[in-house]
Amino acid sequence: MHVGRRFFLSGSVGFAVLAALPRTLLAAAWPDKVFESTAAGEALINLLGTDQTIPTDQITLKVPEIAENGAVVPVTISTSLENVESISIVVDKNPRPMAATFEILPDTLPDISSRIKMGQTSDVRAVVKTDHGIYSTAKQVKVTIGGCGG
Amino acid sequence: MASNIKIKAKISGDIADVKSLMLHPMETGARKDPETEELVPIHHITQLTFANNDKTVMVANFSTAVSKNPFFGFKFRGAKAGDTLRVSWVDNLGGTDEIETVLK
Repeated sequence: MHVGRRFFLSGSVGFAVLAALPRTLLAAAWPDKVFESTAAGEALINLLGTDQTIPTDQITLKVPEIAENGAVVPVTISTSLENVESISIVVDKNPRPMAATFEILPDTLPDISSRIKMGQTSDVRAVVKTDHGIYSTAKQVKVTIGGCGG
Repeated sequence: MASNIKIKAKISGDIADVKSLMLHPMETGARKDPETEELVPIHHITQLTFANNDKTVMVANFSTAVSKNPFFGFKFRGAKAGDTLRVSWVDNLGGTDEIETVLK
């Protein structure tokens, strides 16, 4: 009886330590709910609490008009908006629209670039969260050969 | 193991312009192996972190929609020659890679 209880206790302590580990190792957990969302609006609600964004011309979104290869579509986003907290790339018609999200820290400039996959022709949206609102701008990218499956 | 991350950083004034290239398959889980016809399991970088002299300057969260062998560029303030910039990533299967570079 006694041994059994000891064993149970030590086991649960071990579990508690394991459960606490990822949180201490990572700056913030990878937002799985956001990335598993199958609609753009749902992804934005899971990330930012709303799918309502303010259209603005203060975000510069550079994407090709036509992407011959949907597997590699270059995206550059910068903004003159102040106090930016995050920048996200949303591809409306991808099976999982949230492509990537970037935390903009106090010393980070709101100016990022990457390359993404697109399954088909779609709007690509740059969503910028500042301390006073959530802004976005979108451009359509025509995809000749999709880059999500085989 | 040698790192498979390539990093370049250019300083102008106190701003560092960082460009990085990683080696990773970034499997979506939707691609079929052409020989076996079976779906290749999902395998992608989830989080990419940059720290300058141990101070975090960028956290990027990736989905499978970031292209194979990801490219990522960004800029940060407060950089000077001699700073150590460390970049590291983790993937959904617990894989990791990291590299350090001294800013010039």
